[in-house]
Amino acid sequence: MVEFLNIFIGGLILGGIYALIAVGLSLQYGVARVLNISHGEFIMVGAFLTWAMYTFWGLNPLASLAIVGPAIFVVGFVLHRTLFTRLRTSSASPAAYEGGSLIATFGLMFIIQNLAIITWGTDIEAYSFLNTGVSIFGARFAANRLTMLLFAAGICVVFYLFLARTRLGKAIRAAAQDPETAGMMGVNIKRVLALCFGLGALMAGLAGSLLSMCYPIRTTMGLEYTIIAIIVVVLGGMGSIVGSFIGGLILGMVGSIVLYIDPSLSLVAYYFIFILLLLVRPTGILGK
Amino acid sequence: MNSVASIVLNRSFQLGLLAVILIALATLPLHYQGYNIVRLLNIFMFVVLTVSWVIFSGSTGYMSLASAAFFGVGIYTSALLGDKLPIAVVVGIGALVSSCVAFLVGALTLRLRGIYFAIFTFGLVELIKHLTLWWEINMEDRRGRLVVYVENDIIFWVMLSILVATLLTAYFIRRSKWGLALQSIGENEEAAAHMGINVTLVKVITFAVSALFVGASGAIIATRWTYIDPGIAFNPLYSFMPVLMAIFGGMGRLLGPVIGAIAFTYLKEELGTEFPELYMLIFGIILIVAILYMPNGLVGLIQRLWIRGFRRQDADT
Amino acid sequence: MRILEGEGVSKHFGGLAALSNVDFHVDAGEIVGLIGPNGAGKTTLFNLVSAALTTKQGVIKFKGRKITGLKPHQICRMGLARTFQSVKIFGNMPALTNVYIGSLFGIPAGTPSAYAAKGAEELLEFVGLSASKVTPAKDLTLVNQKRVEVARALATKPELLLLDELMAGLNPTEVAQAMELVTKIRDRGITVFVIEHVMKAIMGVCDRIIVLHHGEKIAEGTPQEIANNRAVVEVYLGE
Repeated sequence: MVEFLNIFIGGLILGGIYALIAVGLSLQYGVARVLNISHGEFIMVGAFLTWAMYTFWGLNPLASLAIVGPAIFVVGFVLHRTLFTRLRTSSASPAAYEGGSLIATFGLMFIIQNLAIITWGTDIEAYSFLNTGVSIFGARFAANRLTMLLFAAGICVVFYLFLARTRLGKAIRAAAQDPETAGMMGVNIKRVLALCFGLGALMAGLAGSLLSMCYPIRTTMGLEYTIIAIIVVVLGGMGSIVGSFIGGLILGMVGSIVLYIDPSLSLVAYYFIFILLLLVRPTGILGK
Repeated sequence: MNSVASIVLNRSFQLGLLAVILIALATLPLHYQGYNIVRLLNIFMFVVLTVSWVIFSGSTGYMSLASAAFFGVGIYTSALLGDKLPIAVVVGIGALVSSCVAFLVGALTLRLRGIYFAIFTFGLVELIKHLTLWWEINMEDRRGRLVVYVENDIIFWVMLSILVATLLTAYFIRRSKWGLALQSIGENEEAAAHMGINVTLVKVITFAVSALFVGASGAIIATRWTYIDPGIAFNPLYSFMPVLMAIFGGMGRLLGPVIGAIAFTYLKEELGTEFPELYMLIFGIILIVAILYMPNGLVGLIQRLWIRGFRRQDADT
Repeated sequence: MRILEGEGVSKHFGGLAALSNVDFHVDAGEIVGLIGPNGAGKTTLFNLVSAALTTKQGVIKFKGRKITGLKPHQICRMGLARTFQSVKIFGNMPALTNVYIGSLFGIPAGTPSAYAAKGAEELLEFVGLSASKVTPAKDLTLVNQKRVEVARALATKPELLLLDELMAGLNPTEVAQAMELVTKIRDRGITVFVIEHVMKAIMGVCDRIIVLHHGEKIAEGTPQEIANNRAVVEVYLGE
């Protein structure tokens, strides 16, 4: 029972953060059509900002969410309004835009990562926050991990309500279905796309902040998270936000089980699932 | 058009120039030693990687991020067999094994289109890397291996031969019926199939051929690195770089990827050892500028300026 | 002689039957029309014949040989060429190269390239496009892109040509030219199987017409017979 709880709650913790990361990427790819290779760099920046504010100013990491989120959102929004909007208008076809924007995000990845290396170096950094054990029916978890799960789940729920209930959320969903028609229905498509990209970046940043509470961080950690996000997005079906959420939980569970069996195999397992999935059902579990 | 231009554009002049360059390069180790040779070696390697990538992905539009897998397979061939067989044989085996891997991967996955193919090939590199890592740690209780020592001059000549083979292959494919088939697949695969082109066969074979050179260059360059491990051998940068260099140089002509690879590798050699992060930063910036302002790459840009220059001259006279 | 015949051909997409148990045939030298409302399964039938889709139920024979299970390029090389409802040209290549590719790859033994190039020029002239040989195909007008497709298909030296809505989106003059082109193609000894929405065109040019509705064959006969067929009239005028 304790072992089961260990694996299950461990899976939820991993899954929650994977879902948050993947929903962000899914929003950027599903709506804005940018497969953002620099997604993990936004996670890394979020993590380092939180770490820096905690170590140098003593700011509570949870309070820093309120600073990191909006700051990274603005960066994402502006990037889309300048770089990606320009690319979009100059591309010959949607496919050309997807290719071009993919390459541009490679460029962004190099820029962000190396600016971070110049600023913060390449050492592993960590800090201790809420590092006490909590017992759930005998299974013990660090309080910071449970907090991370709580916040990740909370952000996903808030975001879901935003998409489902608000006018802007409906505009985003319309744009995801069919940008041209949405544009004709009076949706300001440029702003919605930039908003989606910004929101995706925001979620990456928040995920980074949360991650920094629990795990050691490095300026070179971004790509690994990008890859996990891509795996989850493919698992859930490209462009399906609910799919990304479910995919995140599934991959988290798998990760937790594999960690229990043999920790050194977890990345192998992820890639194995990923490759198998692409061969058997490339559209993912919820894809069309 | 003026006379300088007509000389430059003359085919036999171009061939002659190429021959002179080739002879100069081949005899270089006889005059120079040390660092310059090594620097050229890296340039050759990236030209091989970039042109091989263009052979398949440039024409068909299937964006492969598998170069690092083929490269790493070559590297590991060298690490495993380097001290048992003559180096030329090892390079040959590296090429063949990479090519077989490419053939299998191609046969399995080339039905994936667009972005799916790109991320699949990318995932493949990571899978191979982590599997190798897991195998080394758990089955052999080690991490990484030493690679046999080979003299710099020999490495240089072998790499130069691979480079020449790659360029010749790319050149002849471009001018052949086969190249036309590849191009038509890139334009519209379905129509190509209905025009009598065996699209699966053409794609898989081209993919396998392009991997030959990548595997061979991995096998020879590994001997310079002395020590390798899965992280070094299957570094995804070897998948990204060729793509980015080709796009920077422009793929409309064979010269584009060559120039792209030379420019970036030169920059890397200048900055890379002392300020690696500055190099990567500049690389990122140039890439974004290229994608925004140079849709046909550097060579396309130069061509445009060149043509504009002539128009102006014509107008003056 | 039956150049093309299908028996019990069916196709399902998910749970939806796009074609159910259709028998059809085309005789050598004929122009046969395939008509029916949107979603009747016309293009699906063409896709099955040309192997763009795989046939799992039913048998399709070309020149008496079973072709179900073959790949598109094999079918093309047997002498069965097609055009597409939404044009699928090689956009960045000159019109001539589009046609050249057809003659280079569409024939089993392969054509010597000089000969193929000459044939391609002749075919561009045949469809009335000799003036835009070097124009990239994507810069041509829709009607000219369709002509490139026809020339490209003809370049593979077909015995049977499938034309999928050659006349959709054309103005009356262009429709008349297209009808003339179809007759000219038949005069070259090529059997033609056409999907068409433009009724006047199909009635004027076809020897025989097959009508599909909801994936089933509801009628077959000469244009006069079809025009007077009650089931067909009901389908077109609404039940």
